[in-house]
Amino acid sequence: MMDTLLAANSLAEFLQTQTIPFCGCPIDATTAMVLAAIVHVALVGAWFGLPAGLFIWAERKISGRIQDRLGPTRTGGRFGWLQSLADGAKLIQKEDLVPADADGLMFRLAPYIVVVASFAAYLVLPFSDGWSALGLDVGLFLTFAILSLEVLGVILAGYSSGSKWALFGAIRESAQMVSYEIPMAICALCPIITAGTLNLNEIGQLQSGGFWNWNILHPFNFFAFFVYFTCATASCKRAPFDLAEAESELVAGFLTEYSGMRWSFFFLAEYASMFLVSGLATVLFLGGWDDGFGILGVVKANAGSFVANALGLVIFLKKASLLVCVQIWVRWTLPRLRIDQVMTTCLKYLIPISCVLFAGTVAYPLVLVMMSGNASIIGEPAGNRLVQPHQPVKQASSGANKQTQMTAAAAERSGR
Amino acid sequence: MNVETLLFWLFALLACGGAISVAVSQNVVRMAFSLVLCLGSTAVMFLLLGADFVGATQLMVYVGGTVVLLVFGVMLTATGPHTKIKSSGADAILSGLIGVVFLFIVSTTVTAVDWGDAKQKILIGTHQRDESRGFNPEQQGNTTRPLGLSFLSVRADRDLKLNIGGEAAGLGKSEEGLKPLSSGYLLPFEIVSIHLLVVLVGASYLARAKRRVTTSQ
Repeated sequence: MMDTLLAANSLAEFLQTQTIPFCGCPIDATTAMVLAAIVHVALVGAWFGLPAGLFIWAERKISGRIQDRLGPTRTGGRFGWLQSLADGAKLIQKEDLVPADADGLMFRLAPYIVVVASFAAYLVLPFSDGWSALGLDVGLFLTFAILSLEVLGVILAGYSSGSKWALFGAIRESAQMVSYEIPMAICALCPIITAGTLNLNEIGQLQSGGFWNWNILHPFNFFAFFVYFTCATASCKRAPFDLAEAESELVAGFLTEYSGMRWSFFFLAEYASMFLVSGLATVLFLGGWDDGFGILGVVKANAGSFVANALGLVIFLKKASLLVCVQIWVRWTLPRLRIDQVMTTCLKYLIPISCVLFAGTVAYPLVLVMMSGNASIIGEPAGNRLVQPHQPVKQASSGANKQTQMTAAAAERSGR
Repeated sequence: MNVETLLFWLFALLACGGAISVAVSQNVVRMAFSLVLCLGSTAVMFLLLGADFVGATQLMVYVGGTVVLLVFGVMLTATGPHTKIKSSGADAILSGLIGVVFLFIVSTTVTAVDWGDAKQKILIGTHQRDESRGFNPEQQGNTTRPLGLSFLSVRADRDLKLNIGGEAAGLGKSEEGLKPLSSGYLLPFEIVSIHLLVVLVGASYLARAKRRVTTSQ
């Protein structure tokens, strides 16, 4: 049974080869698809809930170290890892309050919009080579489109609360999120231009084979990464851009009237989108699931693509979690900006910088070709690493393993 | 009844329900939410059709852009906590008339298309697509590459002799030798971008800080 599972192209195909226990009847294509979909959604759903618990715990511990205090120690086990669970139990027990002045329906709906938006954005994020829910050709565009819905939940939450603190918080927050979307999208375009595709899986594939293929080593993408990461931090409402939740000054902004589970939905979504933007940064700039030294290619050649993909998944999660830890580190070391400083940083600095980087990324290969006749300094140009199934496999090049595997995949597809 | 049909009916009902509740509701913020429901379901239907670029654009421009702007405007200008809009009887009749006229236009357009023929062409086109060259299958929405190429004035279906669907369906043989390149959509695309630039410059001119010139005495 395990062999069939490893050999199958997808879970749905594997399920079609099996029979239902007890009645022995075969599973038809639609049932198999629905079952596979449930399994995949459960997996991504678990990954949606897991980081919230894990990263909140990490946030407590890291902030404890940075501020020279201990963080949670007493609740449960070593290092206080049960603290997040205790928090969750506390939040579930709290009363589900709706203020008398609030628009009840909208007030109750707003957290769900935020959660659905940040959950749906995981739709196209590749966790390993080909391990994404949808391999869309407009992957990145769709992700940004879905992420832009999150603002709507924030606005509705603030407006429907019927409180001036919530309204002020929502206005500030939405202004900030809408503004920071622009430089973030422009900076995400820089690796897109280098790769020539919006398909996140293909962008990851183009960077595999070694760290010299990663987009961050491209001179303009290098700076674009830092601008992107700043904007991503701001669009997640994280410090130093967490004005809306500045408890001491703004009475918690658009979250003022929320408590219990609905309040924690906003934070679940925040931690999930923190991981999402870090995952996007990993795929766009940091080589995705690639280990950097070609080890993955060797593993793939010897142990098969499933093992290599599982290893790639671990590498991807580690890279993205590292970026989340950087966000936590920044939160506890930098002071909060004022709202006018937040907007100035975006409109007067980040947007012009990102435009210059965008123009630079476009002009860079042209200038290189004119100067030296080659579109890349290190290694071959990105386009040469694309899938070329009709050409004989070159054994000498660094991408040889990948090409072999891609050729096999292409042959398999045409045979099907 | 397969899953796609089920999903289509679900989202079609959501889109219609959202549209009706926009017209019926009197609370501005609830109207905005219904609008989100309606436009979002329409976007999902585009995705179901394999037109994922149009679907994503629908989400980005209308839901993420226009509706957010609308609610933002309401939030900044509202006098009371929950603004209500009450339309008069004459307004209802007038807008109802306009709606019926648009419904007539749309329904005549839809019935004018020979759907059986179109389906045949699409099926043949799907079959001929070169998957091994990195093109995704149609179910995963391969609409971006031909679209992007045509904005760069290369028509993948004409110039590159792919001739998707045409030859096999007996709709016309491709000529021998080289054809002149078609202009694609480069010119309209550029005109629209210049137009948008002009609009942006104009908007920032209108919104500039107006300072009164103080005359020295």
